[in-house]
Amino acid sequence: MTMYSRALMGACAAAALATGASAETITVATVNNGDMIRMQGYTDDFTEKTGHEVEWVTLEENVLRQRVTTDISTKGGQFDIMTIGMYETPIWGANDWLVPLDDLSDDYDVDDILPAMRGGLSHDGTLYAAPFYGESSMIMYRTDLMEAAGLEMPDAPTWEFVRDAAIAMTDKDEEIYGICLRGKAGWGENMAFLTATSNAFGARWFDENWQAQFDSPEWKETLTFYLDLMEQAGPPGASGNGFNENLSLFQQGKCGMWIDATVAASFVTNPEESSVADEVGFALAPDTGLGKRGNWLWAWALAIPAGTQKEDAAKEFIEWATSKEYIELVAANEGWANVPPGARTSLYENPEYQEVPFAKMTLDSINSADPLNPTVEPVPYVGVQFVAIPEFAGIATEVGQEFSAALAGQQTADEALAKAQALTTDAMEAAGY
Amino acid sequence: MARAITPRRKALNTAIAWAIGLVIFFPILWVFVLSLKTEGSAILPPLDVLRAPWTFESYGLVQERSNYFRHFSNSVIIAVGSTFLGLLVAVPAAWAMAFVPSKRTKNILLWMLSTKMLPAVGVLYPIYLLFIRMGLLDSRLGLTIVLMLINLPIIVWMLYTYFREIPGEILEAARMDGASLREEVLYVLTPMAIPGMASTVLLNIILAWNEAFWTLNLTAAQAAPLTAFIASYSSPEGLFYAKLSAASVMAIAPILIMGWFSQKQLVRGLTFGAVK
Repeated sequence: MTMYSRALMGACAAAALATGASAETITVATVNNGDMIRMQGYTDDFTEKTGHEVEWVTLEENVLRQRVTTDISTKGGQFDIMTIGMYETPIWGANDWLVPLDDLSDDYDVDDILPAMRGGLSHDGTLYAAPFYGESSMIMYRTDLMEAAGLEMPDAPTWEFVRDAAIAMTDKDEEIYGICLRGKAGWGENMAFLTATSNAFGARWFDENWQAQFDSPEWKETLTFYLDLMEQAGPPGASGNGFNENLSLFQQGKCGMWIDATVAASFVTNPEESSVADEVGFALAPDTGLGKRGNWLWAWALAIPAGTQKEDAAKEFIEWATSKEYIELVAANEGWANVPPGARTSLYENPEYQEVPFAKMTLDSINSADPLNPTVEPVPYVGVQFVAIPEFAGIATEVGQEFSAALAGQQTADEALAKAQALTTDAMEAAGY
Repeated sequence: MARAITPRRKALNTAIAWAIGLVIFFPILWVFVLSLKTEGSAILPPLDVLRAPWTFESYGLVQERSNYFRHFSNSVIIAVGSTFLGLLVAVPAAWAMAFVPSKRTKNILLWMLSTKMLPAVGVLYPIYLLFIRMGLLDSRLGLTIVLMLINLPIIVWMLYTYFREIPGEILEAARMDGASLREEVLYVLTPMAIPGMASTVLLNIILAWNEAFWTLNLTAAQAAPLTAFIASYSSPEGLFYAKLSAASVMAIAPILIMGWFSQKQLVRGLTFGAVK
């Protein structure tokens, strides 16, 4: 080999290396949640550190799900990173649709991710998505109204206490309703709440043989309790209320209690948005003494679809967005109350973050949710407020419509449960269970 | 002979027509109202919404966060491009079917229309796979072609019915005078069909502008038009009505203004002829 050809080969190798490490443009598909929008604002920090550019595709949650499912199942390669939840991650991981995140750098400190989040975003022990922010559910209540009713909220109340307190706080003439709960149909709306609540009442979606359980006395108790409570102490038109509607009602001071995502705590305590910001207390989601609490577990997480051409740059992005440094970056610019919560243990060990009023209760709620053993009696599935099988979203949305109709007074609890049982049984049979 | 209408009857008819018009227009009006409110007040009961203070805040936020101009120019290119591409195919097709019909013409027309009856999602995967192979995903060219194909049956049908209104004898006379086929179509047929063609163009631009299945499913960051711009403002956790409304107003305003100015042409085109 001549000197010349050696030099040429060396140059080629150098060029190849340079290309390998060169700047890429990655496409991130995400939803329009506050923390995601905030992250978009910090894209420059990522570009500065790595040289990679980022293109954002923000879509409505269900459109995003459909869009990335099409792309991922055809290996279209349109997205290098996508935002998915705890429901899809294990299912898609099992389908080999996602790139395993098992070789993240040491600096990233993967062991710092909260165990509950890591468990929920893994399949067979392999992490498939990194949590950007995580949440559970808890009670947010008005300390002033509670005091006026002569009651004191325990840290871990029972459903009985919550019902009595809700009725005591209700003053319909003043448009104050003791409790605001989700009623809008959808697997991620009323069914997230009711499924989690049913766990506390000892109910379950399926028995060990995948037989639907809506004909059980536990489900009847769950639904009747919920309907009675909402009739006595809930706001009018509750069957149309989801997260956003209840958030608005609570911020206007119309709800005594609201049981919903822990992430709402930063909205209801923000004086710029909330008229009751100084009068909010927090407690664990209620139980009935059976050993399970009605609080869910969810994470908005970042995953890399199999088929991307830019896996390395995508991993760098995930390491940046879900790192301790990113949390510090947001804290330095916008205060600790605005950092993405519920993802890392170190955040909750930070003395400055411990001063945020909802920090402790958020962590306690996340830690008390157990997706592997969500119910009193054993079940064949994983998930607290969902069942991690592909059919669940469709079935639960239909069941949610029946329950929502019952809340609207269009049918009784028994009718709704009978329909739910029938449609779930049919759908599961058709799916081959 | 016109029937006699009493002034009272006329006033009643006018009132009913206005009422129906208002009901149909109300959702757009409400979107406009919400776009001028804060997020907190946009979710209040309707009367409280009206009482809440007015603000341009949402427009500012939307402007700051999104690249409106990129989405807007994508929408223009895709809508106008697909319509004119469609005309290139549809004018000769409609000419042939209107002036030189065969016994299968009716069946062909019906068959073309039947493709509109297929749910779009049924062909999503085949088209998606084709697009991957041809490298057309997230490209304006790809979307232009798809929207042209989707709207082609409507363009052909509309042009066909307009062409049928034109007496064949005029074209024959042109031919007798020695006009070539090109001259016949360009100088004789086209000027007479201009009102019909204009309304076809307008209607198809509107249809392509509003198309929200393919434009959402075949785009990512580069070719996304205004439909994707709207879709990016709905939020599962956080209030979004005001910003979504502002984004919607910004997305529909151009087409609404265009429709407003060409209203006369559009109505004339759609009601052209005696049997429509």
